[in-house]
Amino acid sequence: MNRPAMLAAAGRRLPNIWDMVALLCVIGFLVAAAQAARGTLVPLTALEATPIVLDPLTLPGYALRTTLRMFAALFASLLFTFTYAPLAAKSRRAKLIMVPVLDILQSVPILGFLSFTVAFFMGLFPGRVLGLELAAIFAIFTSQAWNMAFSFYQSLITVPADLDEATRGFRLTGWQRFWRLEVPFAMPGLVWNTMLSMSAGWFFVVASEAITLGDNTWKLPGIGAYVAAALEAKDITAVGWAILAMLVVILAYDQLLFRPLVAWSAKFRFETTQGATAADPWVLSLLRRTHVLRVAGEAVGDLFGLITGLRLKLPFSRPRPKLTGPEPSSRAADAVFAVLVAGGVVAAIYQIVTFVTATLSWSDLGEAVLLGLITLVRVAVLMALASLIWVPVGVWLGLRPAWSRRVQPVAQFLAAFPANLLFPPFVLMIVHFHLNEDIWLTPLMVLGTQWYILFNVIAGAAAFPGDLQEAAQNFRVGGWLWWRRVILPGILPYYVTGAITASGGSWNAAIVSEVAAWGDTKLAAHGLGAYIAKATDAGDFHQIVLGVVVMSVYVVLFNRLLWRPIYEFAARRTTLG
Amino acid sequence: MDAVTPLLQVSGCRQAYHKDSNADLVVLDDVNLTLHQGEIVGLLGRSGSGKSTLLRIVAGLLSPTAGNVRWRGELLKGPADGVAMVFQSFALFPWLTVQENVELGLEALGVPRAEREKRAEEAIDLIGLGGFESAYPKELSGGMRQRVGLARALVVHPDLLLMDEPFSALDVLTAETLRTDLIDLWTEGKLPVQSILMVTHNIEEAVLLCDRILVFSSNPGRVASELKVPFPHPRKRLDPAFRQMVDDIYALMTRRAPQAPASLQAPAMEAGLATPLHPVNTNLLAGLLEALAGAPYNGRADLPALAAVLQLEADELLPLGETLALLRLAVLEEGDLLMTDTGKQFVDADTDGRKAIFATALKTNVKLAASIRRTLDERWNHRAPALRFRDELEDHMSPDYADETLRAVIGWGRYAELFAYDEEAGQFSLEDIETTG
Repeated sequence: MNRPAMLAAAGRRLPNIWDMVALLCVIGFLVAAAQAARGTLVPLTALEATPIVLDPLTLPGYALRTTLRMFAALFASLLFTFTYAPLAAKSRRAKLIMVPVLDILQSVPILGFLSFTVAFFMGLFPGRVLGLELAAIFAIFTSQAWNMAFSFYQSLITVPADLDEATRGFRLTGWQRFWRLEVPFAMPGLVWNTMLSMSAGWFFVVASEAITLGDNTWKLPGIGAYVAAALEAKDITAVGWAILAMLVVILAYDQLLFRPLVAWSAKFRFETTQGATAADPWVLSLLRRTHVLRVAGEAVGDLFGLITGLRLKLPFSRPRPKLTGPEPSSRAADAVFAVLVAGGVVAAIYQIVTFVTATLSWSDLGEAVLLGLITLVRVAVLMALASLIWVPVGVWLGLRPAWSRRVQPVAQFLAAFPANLLFPPFVLMIVHFHLNEDIWLTPLMVLGTQWYILFNVIAGAAAFPGDLQEAAQNFRVGGWLWWRRVILPGILPYYVTGAITASGGSWNAAIVSEVAAWGDTKLAAHGLGAYIAKATDAGDFHQIVLGVVVMSVYVVLFNRLLWRPIYEFAARRTTLG
Repeated sequence: MDAVTPLLQVSGCRQAYHKDSNADLVVLDDVNLTLHQGEIVGLLGRSGSGKSTLLRIVAGLLSPTAGNVRWRGELLKGPADGVAMVFQSFALFPWLTVQENVELGLEALGVPRAEREKRAEEAIDLIGLGGFESAYPKELSGGMRQRVGLARALVVHPDLLLMDEPFSALDVLTAETLRTDLIDLWTEGKLPVQSILMVTHNIEEAVLLCDRILVFSSNPGRVASELKVPFPHPRKRLDPAFRQMVDDIYALMTRRAPQAPASLQAPAMEAGLATPLHPVNTNLLAGLLEALAGAPYNGRADLPALAAVLQLEADELLPLGETLALLRLAVLEEGDLLMTDTGKQFVDADTDGRKAIFATALKTNVKLAASIRRTLDERWNHRAPALRFRDELEDHMSPDYADETLRAVIGWGRYAELFAYDEEAGQFSLEDIETTG
């Protein structure tokens, strides 16, 4: 290297103003995190001795605790994703059971299980706040992990064959192939799903910070507990402050973490055509300009490269394609595996049935099914209403790039905002005007989930091919014919994706939105969500299990009988591939 | 409508996109076009010459910035009755069957179902798609898809059929079959249309199909010349008169190229700042030079012959030739490509030698490349954001052209090892570049 080049290298290593800013931010964050983590080690009695304070000045601290819970859960979800998905993708037998399990877990109303997990983790750490913290984190985890694992699994099984052959040709070990090919290939999908998971997580973190189990109520310091306390104290101003704090937190994590992540993951996109390149988010450019962070990042990257480059063999690696069928010994193992699975299933059914029937009878089942039907009607009506409103709006916006570019981030932001924070103003109105709770509590179910429909439809309309639009214009297709023949089929796959997410979210939201309280006034609609919520309040585990099982069956049937066929139809019909 | 009124009359048509703080970007300038009954007219030009824009203006999909379009004597406002379009990308609705796709235009006109079905079947049979009525577009090959596109346009019995590079997305054999079928139907009078206006960048295709050809020049798009094709159908590609006409058009298109590097009046140093560059591949450039140097050309070749041998379309060959001329590795002369001494040296050199020659050619002849290198040399950290040069380019050309020009220079500069480019950071640098001095 000659002189100018040396100078350049030296220049790049000198700290600049951005380094100072970045360093201060990092240190400040570490101190705050340590402070918050200390709080988890105190005994439960200390928690009871320090009630939630409604002073807005305490909110930043609470917001930090809530955010840390989120990231702890996210970390757990990533761990789960990186173990479960490879196992399911690489073992033929494990796949048979692991994939359907994941599919079911994706659609089960996890909020209903909160009381079980609390009981379980409290048992693990008796008398410690840690137990409660873990229960809350687990609740968030259950809202995040499944779709991340599913996306990772999907990527793993669709790694392009030529790249796979290339890595085999260069004799990369399973470990190296995993990190050099499979993880990068899965990255864009994983980042996108992580973002969706975070959105779902905010809803659960708020719901799981104030935990009621029978006669005991605990409040973990956090925004959710703050809102719960505000509701008890009938303090609508405090609720307003909490909403504001949440807005700030979500905006911050979106700007600081996900915008840069999404932009960064675009480089792993497996496309030959170059998509529209947006400008780098400001955080990413800052990171790229901050020399000390850049050097630190390079060091971490080198270490990562060293570890992932080790010639380790993996215990599970994808079987090479064989020309012959399975060997006889493997067939015997298949049989053993089948028997084991069947045994497990029978045992599980037996467990559930004996547990539930210990105190409950057929009439309880009938009641749960009937209430489920009511909730089903609610979900269906609301989905129809939300679609009627947001599909035309989304199409209008999506076909106007100038608008959709501005509205799309807002819609995604609204989807991430925990709608349960917005319930109190609605509840206040219902109480004030003495409205029918069976009708007026219902819109709360889609308050947070309708945005999924909106932003997916916008994305679909924005991606609608220009030549098809021109063809429709050229043949002067207009009015209802245009909707029926041109745009609705065109956005169908996007709409269905949004609607599946929205309807799943609505079932979950039923558990918190069919009952509401304002001080001493309790509102309850008729429905399966209220049934589960009441059973949780009463600490009746038998009823909770029954309620959750019935709701799971509804959700799974709803998905299998309605959404899945529509989605498959859409995927088959609306592509030229 | 009486017989004298032309079917279509475009007068003084201008299409410009407004750009803040600068002069408007002119895509089409002062275009006049008259179309009569019973003729096929071709709009021939390089990509970016605005011919597709003109087609969309005629279709009523775009309204011109200035000038007017008269359709059957009336001012055109929006998509008109009696104009149907065939798209380069076929533009078939994947969720509709062949029959439903063909019926779409009739449905929009409110034609009753029974008649709709009858007419759709006639069009499908005419175009040779009988038996495929219930198939979905994805079950069909490219050629079949374009037949559907054709049937869909014909079924509304348009007076004017617009075709936007209808055969360019097809393979050579399929395209030829479709062309023959189209012209057969046309000469037999079986096509329910009065006129065809087609856009193409394929010179032979234009001479094969059209009665009249308008040759467009680029930047801004203008009608450079108008030619009548005097041959009766069916035309023979190998007929010497046919070949001569193709040759003449090649000559015409190279002469009308935006930059005439051979002439000293247009300083080549301006290239790359004031005029857009085409991001042609350096491997192709080297390959073309090698072919040119070898037998039977020995340094001088006829462009159409070269295009046929290298299996390149005029649209692909011309940018290559122009880039060679720009870099003074070759000279374009009346449809011929002549190798220069530098070009000869390039062919004879080894890999590193070629890079050195290319780098020198780039620095001396492309101002943008020279300016990037100079900036990098002057800066203390030898880095410069690409955005800076982009902004500079956008003072002179549309964002799309600026993009292409930048891509061209990045590709050439990398090959010449004149500078390095970090795509993610959008930065030019001298990393891993041997710097001398």
